[in-house]
Amino acid sequence: MNYIALDYWDLAGAASLMVINAGLSVIFQLGLARRLVIAAVRMVVQLTLVGLVLKALFAMQSPGLTVLVALIMVAFAGREAIARQERTFAGYWSYGIGTTCMCVAALTVTLFAVTTQFETATWFDPRYAIPLLGMILGNTMNGVSLCLDRMLSTAHRERVAIEARLALGADARTALSSVSRQAMRAGMTPTVNAMAATGLVSLPGMMTGQILAGVEPVEAVKYQILVMFLIGGGTALGVFAAVMLASRRLTDARHRLRLDRLRTNA
Amino acid sequence: MLEIAGLTCRSLANVACVIEPGEAVAVSGISGAGKSLLLRAIADLDPNDGDVHLDGHSRNAMPAPRWRRQVIYVPADSGWWADYVGEHFEDGAAATGLLHRLQLPADCLDWPVARLSTGERQRLALARAMTLAPRVLLLDEPTSGLDPETTLRVEAVLHERLADGAMILFVSHDPAQAERFGQRHLRVENGALRVAPGGGGS
Repeated sequence: MNYIALDYWDLAGAASLMVINAGLSVIFQLGLARRLVIAAVRMVVQLTLVGLVLKALFAMQSPGLTVLVALIMVAFAGREAIARQERTFAGYWSYGIGTTCMCVAALTVTLFAVTTQFETATWFDPRYAIPLLGMILGNTMNGVSLCLDRMLSTAHRERVAIEARLALGADARTALSSVSRQAMRAGMTPTVNAMAATGLVSLPGMMTGQILAGVEPVEAVKYQILVMFLIGGGTALGVFAAVMLASRRLTDARHRLRLDRLRTNA
Repeated sequence: MLEIAGLTCRSLANVACVIEPGEAVAVSGISGAGKSLLLRAIADLDPNDGDVHLDGHSRNAMPAPRWRRQVIYVPADSGWWADYVGEHFEDGAAATGLLHRLQLPADCLDWPVARLSTGERQRLALARAMTLAPRVLLLDEPTSGLDPETTLRVEAVLHERLADGAMILFVSHDPAQAERFGQRHLRVENGALRVAPGGGGS
């Protein structure tokens, strides 16, 4: 394996491309220059910190630390999954459901991968566990986010139809079946699309990264296929968990539709 | 017999009422008084407190779906969850006689819901509930979108159910209908259920 290590002058050269962005913002008065600089600085700082954290983590090979970092990642993903939604559950339920789905999906699939596909490494080897978790988490987060958003907004919009079924003696599950189905579809579609378009429309980042690092393309493709399946499995689990938990919270033991438990976000 | 005691739900407090088999009771009150809330609470569609018994069986002791198959709430604004009318009926064939008497054509089960007029929706929602043969019908303005002639038809069909021992609690803004179709007339006022002026007899 051989790859060209970048020195800091290479990065500085690439950073000069930001000048084009800044120039556009100034010429067309987009008012983005400030935000652009802040975003670029954040990116550099965050990635540098992650690089240092990963370096330390790899050096220590401690199961406790690996799990701790994984949990922190899951907690952030849980928050992001429910951020920017039109409607959420009131109180801690929203965050609770988001994080639980992330835990169930991403941790299960990552553990499955590091214990079965990467037999030579120990399960807590952060070199495998953390990047895998990151990729699975990122995609599962999108799926769960889209799924919950669709579920709650559809339940709100179709209140009259759902209550019509309840009033005629349907149980909560039957009354919500159409809503659940739509939510699951919304959550899974991006993953299905990504799988269908991979290689034709987009070259996935992980695979291209490996190729840049000198890995044989066929080997890199094998990794990518494995990761795609893991992402598919994680998203399916996360979306399923989201629909199960959300439909329980949307209804109560007396099979009533409880939209009073929702909150509208501005 | 439907016995309601101590029913409390948001603005309604301690509502009590008894409806005998074969009886139709009118409910009126100004907009926002809680008429729909009362019917929804009886059907257990909103969180509420209180004892409701049907023929001696306690509502709270049976699963809510079973209760709602016997005590059906038909809202003023009907809900439809599928594209075609027929998909909303458990047994479309059994409904044809009823649809005919409600002045709906035999092929209306094949219609798309989006094409229904207000009056058609209203009668179809009623038919959908009646085919389940409930003991109690809680009707929220059941004929508000209908012409006088069709209104009388609907009332005639409901009378048949009353003769079989069903019970009806209906909301109406039409004093003539409350007088004509209801044996008794109650009024929701300030969170309580009272006998309407001149509506106490049976």
